[in-house]
Amino acid sequence: MTSTGVPAVTPMPMDGLDAQFWSAQGQNLLLGAIAIIAFLAIVALIMYGADLIKGGARDKVQLVVLVTPVLGLLAVGLIYPALDTTWLSFNEITNEPDPDTGIFTTTMSFVGLDNYRFAFSDPTTLRTILNTFVWMILVPLMSTGIGLAYAVFIDRAKGEKVLKSLVFMPMAISLVGASVIWGNIMYDYNQVGEQTGMLNALRALVGLDPYNFLVDDPWNTFWLIVILVWIQTGFAMVILSAAIKGVPVEQNEAASLDGANAWQRFWSITIPSIRSTIVVVLTTITIMALKVYDIVRTVTQGRNNTDIVANKMYVLSFVEGREALGAALAVILFVFVIPIVIYNVRSLNKVRETH
Amino acid sequence: MSVTMPPQEPVDEDVETKPDTRSRAAKAKEKLTSPWATLAAIIIAVFWTVPTVALFMSSLIPGDRYRTDAWWTVMADGDLTFENFTTVLFDSFGDNSTAPPLLEYVFNSIVVTVPSVVLPVVLGLMAAYAFAWIPFRGSSFLFVLIFALQVVPLQLALIPLLRILGPENLGIAGEFPGVWIAHTIFALPLSVFLLHNFVSHIPREVLEAARVDGASHTQMFFRIIIPLSLPAVASLAIFQFLWVWNDLLVSAVFGSANTYPLTYPISNLAGDYGQYAYLVPPAAFISMIIPLIVFFSLQRYFVRGLLAGSTKG
Repeated sequence: MTSTGVPAVTPMPMDGLDAQFWSAQGQNLLLGAIAIIAFLAIVALIMYGADLIKGGARDKVQLVVLVTPVLGLLAVGLIYPALDTTWLSFNEITNEPDPDTGIFTTTMSFVGLDNYRFAFSDPTTLRTILNTFVWMILVPLMSTGIGLAYAVFIDRAKGEKVLKSLVFMPMAISLVGASVIWGNIMYDYNQVGEQTGMLNALRALVGLDPYNFLVDDPWNTFWLIVILVWIQTGFAMVILSAAIKGVPVEQNEAASLDGANAWQRFWSITIPSIRSTIVVVLTTITIMALKVYDIVRTVTQGRNNTDIVANKMYVLSFVEGREALGAALAVILFVFVIPIVIYNVRSLNKVRETH
Repeated sequence: MSVTMPPQEPVDEDVETKPDTRSRAAKAKEKLTSPWATLAAIIIAVFWTVPTVALFMSSLIPGDRYRTDAWWTVMADGDLTFENFTTVLFDSFGDNSTAPPLLEYVFNSIVVTVPSVVLPVVLGLMAAYAFAWIPFRGSSFLFVLIFALQVVPLQLALIPLLRILGPENLGIAGEFPGVWIAHTIFALPLSVFLLHNFVSHIPREVLEAARVDGASHTQMFFRIIIPLSLPAVASLAIFQFLWVWNDLLVSAVFGSANTYPLTYPISNLAGDYGQYAYLVPPAAFISMIIPLIVFFSLQRYFVRGLLAGSTKG
């Protein structure tokens, strides 16, 4: 057990858990508790304070109290930053010594589309954008396809609830956890010796050579995509399964009497009835696939041409200090989702009109 | 259309089908349960469960065998051990033996998560009530705007928001309050939208009766809206809990070594195939325990929340 060089057992167990550790953790927990109590107390105080007002102003003040926190936070924390990022993406930030004083000063200068021009001409960044596009197409299609197939196969089967839970469970696992599961356990590759990765062990079992999943460009992007599909299939399955159960039995019966087989009924009755739900699932997963950076960061850190915009944006902005280019990539991500925003707002308005 | 599927609609997986519809349904679907379909379902179920089991088994491999031997070989030798779990949790987790123990990050995850769930749920419910039941100018425009914000990639807000929370302005970036506020802001669009769907389906008579009795908005909010929306609040809270607990991006940008949750050190060490690589599987497994418990014990509410707000981006 305790052989060469690997400190499997540290000499002094629980070394790190001294009094200082516990007092720091205690303080943090206390901070959290106080924050929650103070927050609730302030909300209650302001709400009841607004209730003391007499006369016609009362309703107006209370309305302001109800909506201001959300509108204020969104305006300051989401809308203004989004506009600011967009502006930043048309600028260049330079940090150079002032010719007269020699003091380093940060200056922002408008450069138009330069950052975008760079993003689409630099081969690494362009590849990053193309990879993101592949994620955006494959993740929703695969998750929805597999989720729908599974939902149909187990519909009204014995133990349906348990079977659903099995596929749904990865939803509770973090993307980092899933990345460890696949990157470190399933895709593991050893040049020599026993294959410790599950998939390579399976390959060895049927006599195939071990395969380096995470290095083989361009397929490595596909293997990373599988990780997100693994997480998202449960989501698609649960939503689609609920929709399938809403399809009237009578329609299926009638088609059955007309001699339609299961496959024909699936395509001519089930699919059309749940079409709008399929669209919602596809769009939701598309947006998810665009934003996810955890998988690439955890498994490959973008090596071997696996980088995607979300990860590159993080690295540029917060590691390499090239914020303007990072901003341009964030805007490119947003441009990818604009059609979905428009589509969603349209369907929301349609539903609101019918109410 | 599930964009606006009302949460109380009985469409979740636990719906009891009446016995006679069940048999008719069985007849109507007969052949879809062909052997091939069954086989495909089994393959999918296996591929969706075995990896997690493999992670658990791998976390039991002693450090000196992790690089060379697969868990089934170690198991055959009877060498599997739970020691890695105590090492990781209580001694140290990282690429050197002086790294802090994972327990520190467990606490950080808790401190990050709980306020980040409470704040957006409370604020979201207040706004949801106003948008659903108080007519005011610009109400529909603002609601549609909030709805649209759900799909804006949060990458678009990171750099300026960090500046707002950073040392030049509020000075709370890198501390828990900064992380809470960032999480709250990013959660608000979904929170308002999902709770609005629910609150707007409360019967009009209930609210009008209270209004006729002279109840103010504050009184209606505390006496009617809060008690009646608890199911939706539960769904949203679970959703947000899993979201924040599993988050990496927001914590990485707005946090610091004092606040990093479990996902952060695990993500860092996962790509490091050095001598401490054997600590990654047990740590990853530990990070999943709480969300898995929450998930399995409250799955009903979670599914309901998903069905009600399946446009979360």
